[in-house]
Amino acid sequence: MNQKALIIFSGAVVGLLGVVLVVLGNPANMGFCIACFLRDIAGGLGLHRAGVVQYLRPEILGLVLGAFLAAAYKRDFRAMGGSNPLTRFVLAFFAMLGMLIFLGCPLRAILRLAGGDLNALAGLAGLVAGVAAGIFFLQKGFTLGRAVVQNKPNGYIFPVIVLVVLALLLVKPAFIFFSENGPGAMHAPLAVSLAAGLLVGILAQRSRLCMVGGVRDFILFRDFYLLYGFLAILATALAGNLIAGDFNPGFASQPIAHSETLWNFLGMTLGGFASVLLGGCPLRQLVSAAEGNMDSAITVTGLLAGAAFAHNFGLAASPKGVPAAGQVALFIGFAAVLAIAIINSKLIFKQEVVADGRSQGCARSPLS
Amino acid sequence: MAEVRDARGLLCPEPVLMVKKEMDRPGSSTFQVLVDSEAAKNNITRLAGKMKWQISAEQNGEEYLLTLKKK
Repeated sequence: MNQKALIIFSGAVVGLLGVVLVVLGNPANMGFCIACFLRDIAGGLGLHRAGVVQYLRPEILGLVLGAFLAAAYKRDFRAMGGSNPLTRFVLAFFAMLGMLIFLGCPLRAILRLAGGDLNALAGLAGLVAGVAAGIFFLQKGFTLGRAVVQNKPNGYIFPVIVLVVLALLLVKPAFIFFSENGPGAMHAPLAVSLAAGLLVGILAQRSRLCMVGGVRDFILFRDFYLLYGFLAILATALAGNLIAGDFNPGFASQPIAHSETLWNFLGMTLGGFASVLLGGCPLRQLVSAAEGNMDSAITVTGLLAGAAFAHNFGLAASPKGVPAAGQVALFIGFAAVLAIAIINSKLIFKQEVVADGRSQGCARSPLS
Repeated sequence: MAEVRDARGLLCPEPVLMVKKEMDRPGSSTFQVLVDSEAAKNNITRLAGKMKWQISAEQNGEEYLLTLKKK
């Protein structure tokens, strides 16, 4: 299969599964959502105590394991790391905050639109604006620096953690939280969700499906490749929702969404901005972490921490709207991400270490 | 021999941006770029096709040395 056919096929499968998983029990317009499901996993592990969004979503666990298997089979697995992990953690933290103010990652934005939720248009417009902001800094030389090859076993730590979480899901020990009502209690059968995740993981690893990357490459290079995946998701999910009778066009009373256009726009602007600086949307970060990239694994922990804070401190939006604290937090997020973008581009500071020379770590002579 | 740009360890889209910048440099007609992922290789190959540059790849373990020439 050539690359273009592969990404269209991958997008079509993701779009179709997005509909099927809802029919089988997942929350409406949330067949597959990386941000929401990471938030649910944070809740399942007790990192936040919002009782309605706690479930160790097997889709995410399957996705990581599928991507890991595909990478190992195709010899794409490489233990890499060391490209500004703490900065990535902070960017991911605020990317998640922005997405939880919109109520979805870029993937869910497409699935929401495919379900007729027109509020998603504000989110997608925000995503484009955020990506454009990130591109401005990329063109000004923004970089988080090179990752270097690490000892291979370190790359296995992330997939092993995911296996442990899967074991917790299967064994259901008392300290793991399972929502009894709300979106966290709505889920497709475990085996189906896990299999769907595995399939998406394999396809996403092979095709490098990425929503943020799609918008980015189109703006930067007029390169449609990743955008084809994006459009395939929209087309199949829309067709699937029409067939399943789940297409309800409008703004009001959309499932797990609010109609505050400004906050939908700004939330996703922050999400898109931070994601471009990170090199990809949450889906791509999970896949990359499964391929052995430890910077992406740190990014995933940043996303989890962002979700935990967003719910512990009442920052995340709900169908009732965006709380005042969340609005303040969003602007703090913009300030933090903007500061990171500025200090890592060549706007003010001349970079010395990372952009042009391969980092030598401890081997670097202190006197040279 | 042409200058070799080192794009190893950079996440996308940085390797592609590096190549684009080099292509756009006045007088640029041939250069090489070293990458360490298939993704970066594929992205640069697509850019080369779009910009009408010739590209050839030489694999060395997990690294690829890409040679780009203006058509």
